Amino acid sequence: METSSQKIITKPISVALLGNPNSGKTTLFNALTGLNQKTGNYPGVTVDKHVGVTKTADGAKLNITDLPGTYSLYPKSLDEEVACKVLLGDDIDVAVVVTDSSNLKRHLLLATQVIDLKIPVIVVLNMIDEADALGLKINTEELSRLLGVKTVTVNSRTHQGLDELKKKITEATSSENSFYDVTKTGELNNKEFKKIIAKQFENDALYNSKLNAFEEQDSIYRFNVINYIFAKTVTLPQHATRSFSDKADKLITHPIVGYGILLLVLFVVFQFIFFIAEYPMLWIENSFSFLMEKTASVMPAGQLTDLLVNGVLAGISGIVVFIPQIALLFFFIGLLEDSGYMARVSFIMDKIFRRFGLNGKSVIPIVSGVACAVPSILGTRTISNYKERLITILTIPLMSCSARLPVYTLLISLMVPDDAVLGIFNLKGLVLLGMYLLGFAATLITAFILKLVVKTKEKSYFIMELPVYRMPQWQSIGVIVVGKVKVFLWEAGKIILAVSIVLWFLSSHGPGDTFEKIELKYASSSSDPQIEKQMQADKLEASYAGWLGKKIEPAIAPLGFDWKIGIALITSFAAREVFVGTMATIYSANDSENVTSVREKLILEKAKDGKPKYNVAVCMSLLVFYAFAMQCMSTMAVVLRETKSWKWMFAQLFYMTGLAYVSSYIVYNLF
Amino acid sequence: MKTLDKLSIGESGVVKSLTKKDLALKLIEMGCFPGEKITLTKIAPLGDPIAISISGYELSLRKDEASTVVLED
Repeated sequence: METSSQKIITKPISVALLGNPNSGKTTLFNALTGLNQKTGNYPGVTVDKHVGVTKTADGAKLNITDLPGTYSLYPKSLDEEVACKVLLGDDIDVAVVVTDSSNLKRHLLLATQVIDLKIPVIVVLNMIDEADALGLKINTEELSRLLGVKTVTVNSRTHQGLDELKKKITEATSSENSFYDVTKTGELNNKEFKKIIAKQFENDALYNSKLNAFEEQDSIYRFNVINYIFAKTVTLPQHATRSFSDKADKLITHPIVGYGILLLVLFVVFQFIFFIAEYPMLWIENSFSFLMEKTASVMPAGQLTDLLVNGVLAGISGIVVFIPQIALLFFFIGLLEDSGYMARVSFIMDKIFRRFGLNGKSVIPIVSGVACAVPSILGTRTISNYKERLITILTIPLMSCSARLPVYTLLISLMVPDDAVLGIFNLKGLVLLGMYLLGFAATLITAFILKLVVKTKEKSYFIMELPVYRMPQWQSIGVIVVGKVKVFLWEAGKIILAVSIVLWFLSSHGPGDTFEKIELKYASSSSDPQIEKQMQADKLEASYAGWLGKKIEPAIAPLGFDWKIGIALITSFAAREVFVGTMATIYSANDSENVTSVREKLILEKAKDGKPKYNVAVCMSLLVFYAFAMQCMSTMAVVLRETKSWKWMFAQLFYMTGLAYVSSYIVYNLF
Repeated sequence: MKTLDKLSIGESGVVKSLTKKDLALKLIEMGCFPGEKITLTKIAPLGDPIAISISGYELSLRKDEASTVVLED
């Protein structure tokens, strides 16, 4: 006894957890491993790899990989391909197939395929409480006998059956039974199912066309066997009760009430990530400002302190500040997915969204894009079709996010008098509304164009389960939120930090001894704050950013921009709202936080001909530029992380900047 | 030839065949295979997609996808 358990301890068991989407697989994974999990990557693909650790009562260590949701081992999506390849690999000791007890027939298809790979398998009858509620009785002993592998009934909600599952994993064996028609495999020159499946990845066109014919026959054959097993093991209730889901769907998919509910849901999500998130974000920003001030005062003044405070700490602050929005958005997406509502959103929105190459599920990320593109892009994970997900990611940053608001506010206040009205409307408000509509229109039009341009290998269809409504699993959602925040901090965070340090360097260093000369020039002056401001302005002009701003002036002059705006364009690549701060520094305005003080300086600014520089044409041009240009390194970092592709990240940067440039040029010349 | 997209809400049929090659396998895997009974349960507010009850659960699909599912007369 002693020695056998010792053996188990020294060699962890590698477990693959797989199942259909909606089998409760991820909830089970989260229940088994809690926060002892890591998110990584499968090499070369956009699919996330979730690995967690748990121990049996005997102390045996289980390394569990949560494979992406899979309907079959004949892959039709990247997710399914990854799951299939992992199963075929040598590093899996036990495959745990998670099935929905209340929907056993379809879920058994995958189970029979995995059993036929002749690897040790455990079949989990999950959500047993729902089968009970429906009055379904499952004879698990008979089911185990017919499948030839051990089965475990589990309720991941109450954690009932988890210990038994872990114990059975250590005892798992492969089945003696087969569920495919061996007599039909002649054309494939192979009788072993594992080899039949493995060979489909060899890109042998002739083989794959033969396999295609086999796949259909095989699946029908399996379902006929499953129908037999089902009849032997599952007792259906005498009277089917009309479930809660049917009643709820009467309202949720209702032509009027349904869209009303969707609007309400969007409104609540939006309120939280736009307004409620402000409080923790402000708190984070204030904490960091405090920390930066403290650090600056404690450490000796110099290059290193400046790097630490204005480069590193400011960079980290710019990363951490996203956490509230990401956490809140993922909380809501988890809630909507887990409860089954998200599938209904797809159902009622598909007809509109498919025209634009988007998915019904794109609606929540796109609307959230008005708050911030960063969490929204991370939130596109729920879209299982790769092309629709890619198009959603590529177009979200065109929605007018909250970082554009300070820029819009400043520019609109420059060109529209306070009391201007159009009919009964305040003209400023109308222009602002117009900017939001412009962003939304650009999103849809771009999506439509991308639909025609983007080509993917994946087959596109809508065929999707409408799961029954369920109470969300809070623990599981919590684990997902923590996981998402971690992924953002480590993977997107390092890029954001690197870019912010580069931007800090560009705006705080200049070629040669220019900075020293400026300091010398002001050294004799008194410590008047206005003179201090003037020195900052001079320094910015002399910095690399200033040099770059002047260098790009010929390129941006056709848009009505001068080198001062050029500097702001460069610095606000960190985040759009930095534009206001940089303009304040350049024009040595009194208070960089205060839009009015910047506004006053800008109004006084004269062009060469003596007329006001910031006229309607320049302001409109800038407005349109900020509506369309990428100007956000954090968005680029998450696009890279979510598409795993430099190509798409740069493609997005170029088309957005291109669109901004052309539109600004047109607008500038119109006014 | 009667196809799935022609059913009205509450109406049932039995799957006879699937006409579109690359869709067929997906539909079969989702439990929509010859011999199974289908009931149309919902039509989305804008007329498309639709939802069906099959193999003990509810599946939604677009009308053009449903038109590839031939039902027994």
